[in-house]
Amino acid sequence: MSFSLKDANIEKEIFVKRAALVSFFVFVMLLVLAGRMLFLQVSEYELYAGKSEKNRVQIEPVPPIRGLIFDRNGVLLAENLPSHSLTVVPERVENLDYSLKLVDQLVGLSERELENFEKRIDQWRRPYEAITLKHQLSEEEIARLMVNSNFLPGIQVEAELVRHYPQGKYFAHVLGYVGHMNERDKQRLDSAQYKATKRVGKIGIERYYEDQLHGQVGLQKVETNAQGRILNVLEREDPVPGKNLILNLDVNLQKVAMDAFEGRRGSLVAMDPKTGGVLAMVSTPSFDPNLFVNGISYKKYNALRDDLDTPLFDRATRGQYPPGSTMKPFLGLAFLEAGVTDWQETIADPGWYMLENDPRVYRDWKRSGHGEAIDLRDAIIQSCDTYYYEMAFRTGIDRLQPFLEKFGFGQRTSVDVQNELSALLPTRDWKRHHRGRSWYAGDTLNLALGQGFMLTTPLQLAQATSVYAAKGKWHRSKLVYSVDGNVLEETEKPEDVIITDPANWDRMNRAMEGVITHYLGTARNLESRLSYRVASKTGTAQVVGIDQDAEYDSEALEERQRDHALYMAFAPVEDPKIAVAVIVENGESAGRTAAPIAIKVMDEYLLNQPKRPESLGIVGASDGR
Amino acid sequence: MAGDFTRTLDMGAQKRSIWQSLHIDLPLLVLLLMLMSTSLFVLYSASGENLSMVYRQMVYFGLGLFIMFVVAQFHPLWFQMFAPWAFTAVVIALLLVLLVGVGAKGAQRWLSVFGLFRFQPSELMKLVMPMMVAWYLASKLLPPSFKHIVVTLLIVFIPTFLVMRQPDLGTSLLIAAAGLLVLLFAGLSWRYILGAAGAALVIFPMMWLFVMHDYQKQRVLTFLDPESDPLGAGWNIIQSKTAIGSGGIEGKGYLEGTQSQLEFLPERHTDFIIAVFAEEQGLIGVVLLLLLYGAIVMRGLYMASRGRDTFDRLFAGALIVTFFIYVFVNIGMVSGILPVVGVPLPLISYGGTSIVTLMAAFGVIMSVYMHRRV
Repeated sequence: MSFSLKDANIEKEIFVKRAALVSFFVFVMLLVLAGRMLFLQVSEYELYAGKSEKNRVQIEPVPPIRGLIFDRNGVLLAENLPSHSLTVVPERVENLDYSLKLVDQLVGLSERELENFEKRIDQWRRPYEAITLKHQLSEEEIARLMVNSNFLPGIQVEAELVRHYPQGKYFAHVLGYVGHMNERDKQRLDSAQYKATKRVGKIGIERYYEDQLHGQVGLQKVETNAQGRILNVLEREDPVPGKNLILNLDVNLQKVAMDAFEGRRGSLVAMDPKTGGVLAMVSTPSFDPNLFVNGISYKKYNALRDDLDTPLFDRATRGQYPPGSTMKPFLGLAFLEAGVTDWQETIADPGWYMLENDPRVYRDWKRSGHGEAIDLRDAIIQSCDTYYYEMAFRTGIDRLQPFLEKFGFGQRTSVDVQNELSALLPTRDWKRHHRGRSWYAGDTLNLALGQGFMLTTPLQLAQATSVYAAKGKWHRSKLVYSVDGNVLEETEKPEDVIITDPANWDRMNRAMEGVITHYLGTARNLESRLSYRVASKTGTAQVVGIDQDAEYDSEALEERQRDHALYMAFAPVEDPKIAVAVIVENGESAGRTAAPIAIKVMDEYLLNQPKRPESLGIVGASDGR
Repeated sequence: MAGDFTRTLDMGAQKRSIWQSLHIDLPLLVLLLMLMSTSLFVLYSASGENLSMVYRQMVYFGLGLFIMFVVAQFHPLWFQMFAPWAFTAVVIALLLVLLVGVGAKGAQRWLSVFGLFRFQPSELMKLVMPMMVAWYLASKLLPPSFKHIVVTLLIVFIPTFLVMRQPDLGTSLLIAAAGLLVLLFAGLSWRYILGAAGAALVIFPMMWLFVMHDYQKQRVLTFLDPESDPLGAGWNIIQSKTAIGSGGIEGKGYLEGTQSQLEFLPERHTDFIIAVFAEEQGLIGVVLLLLLYGAIVMRGLYMASRGRDTFDRLFAGALIVTFFIYVFVNIGMVSGILPVVGVPLPLISYGGTSIVTLMAAFGVIMSVYMHRRV
């Protein structure tokens, strides 16, 4: 047996030697571990202490509260309502399909919500940024979600303040709306200030005054765990809320104006000639801006977009229409300034006008003509075209165009309207450049009727009317009265319109009063209703060109091809407090469709206003609600 | 022989203390109890102040102490007698694991016994492997001849291979190490040791090219450069290094470790528990813990070298050094000098299996020492 050959002592010696050696190695390895710890905890302490702090403490942006918007009486037009929404951080969700299915079972998800969510998930966003899945949760829905929160990693109920427009469609185009920030917004805006902000102004005042309404982002140092859950707020620098705006607009006036359209397409702009403050600005049909705040569904958006009545289109600032005969008071002054006529001169109107070397017959709207002796006053009251052909021909484009320009035609004039269009006041250069032809005398005649190339926006027409009512004194149109209690300063404005004989203002006003009061006036049907003096002018603008010899038959034309009805007015004449421009698309008769709308608005402003607790400056806008 | 045995008992009877009759080594017991107290202390913090986890760990420790006590009562001759049978049985169990085992996460490591409970034969192999090799070499002339070395390597290879197939690379390497340590203690010639080291240098690139799975390669690469996968496998190492490093010399204080309390550390109560300890107790705490482990290993080696015969010494020596390898691999991995393999920190990490196996090993060491010839 090999057992007996073994030497127990030698074997024990071998083991003891090896054990001693192993002890040495164990000692060395312990030193290695201790050395490693020494390296990490002493040499690299600063590095890892920093890393650990960065892990632990995160700077979180806190969104500021968006400024409120009030009308001139202190009525809220845009507010922030608390709302609970369901948010998803896709990075933290293990199985998105499963989670969505579970959420659907708990609170129900509409097609629109899923659609919006899919849309948002595809868009650019910050990593770990929460995406809203469902807005405006009810108490019961919140409870159901809370109970099941363990099964829904990465899905949270978040409280936030959401913009709400209590006046709905009445201020949709003026105020605009806020919507989710997209990539273009992000490039446009200060990324530091907008770190926590979800929605920004997209159009209208919300967009134009974005800087003021937004406020300043706050910061909080928070302790988070590895899942990013906030455990502790260590430090906090509160956000500065956005500034409150008080508008010049009047909620009652706006409602009266919009309702007066009775569903017709059109626009009305009313201004205070003494300040330029916009009292009402309406574009109909309108839409509910609240739809856009939480993201509108494709279906609803397409319905709005494809609606033939184009409710999304802001006619007041972007609708461009030939001004028609509403130009006549401005042109009349231009003739007087040019000295081509006076208040006494009369001309005969056979119902048409012809230029030398031009075979074209320029017709008056009244085929039988306005009589043998038409003076400037008659030409305004009856809107005599022939008179204007003659005088425009005498004056010429080179004197007409600069004079009209002084009233703001062909220019952007407002202080704070987002995306206002400048419309068009044609010149010789313009025609050569854009039409490739030189200016003909016939073009001047067309201009004299506010037709041809000339285009105005309702806002522009209201602006010109306002300057006119103030006898040439300029106040640029502005929507906002004050920002956080500070009244908007009137900055550089166009030069006032100065005419050689100031008495011509009053003479022209009297003529314009005749539009309603004279038995031949184009808006005489309104006379019985007036309890104050109104100076005004009607206008119609052709939508389609009519053959010279064709009989104008409105019944035969499609409704959408009928003439637009326009009206400009201001009152009271002795001390103008309101200037209005109205257009009713395809409204045909300005006296029957456009003028009554303007009168309703002026009635509301001039007759009902004293009953309201008047307001500007009294409203404690900075106190919020 | 019989006379010797009787005399030993007689002599012992005169100065036998209560610990000797219980076959318990008091110094080692005290050191182990210190380690266990440390474990409970760290675990309370690492579990996020979860008391029920601490209670369960206390139950595991109680069970471990009981097993150690029971094992210590066996005379080492019993281990020697049962070594081949135990080895054969566990190898069969390992085969069964591959055939009918149950598992999770793509690995098959457990055997279900009549559906009553599950056990992991590879854990048993950690004890049986050094027992078998010690049994084999104890009957041979030492230092071992080439032939005996080859047979030993074969004994080591079979279970190692079976465990590797589960797959469980970490455990298989530790089992192999336990077997090879016996060879080292048996006086394996330096020529072979250096030769094996040289061969490893050749074999590793070959394994890299032909044997290793992509996920295993990935693990090695991540170890070499944890920043390359900061949110995946690298995350653990980056966070644990951050925890350790930010502890500094004095530590952040008990229950104050932000890395662990805020859940940045993964597996913070099991494999990565040392990072919690290092963050909260700092370098001072870690060095004291290393000294405690060092003391246990030295006491264990001393006890092994006092063994009754070659089998006892080899078996106990291999067990205590295996224990140290666990410590080294775990701390080395958590502190980022070794790749991440799933090895708990002995008697500190939470978990019953590891505690019971380790305490059984300490039972063997106590048995070897307390049943020695005096």
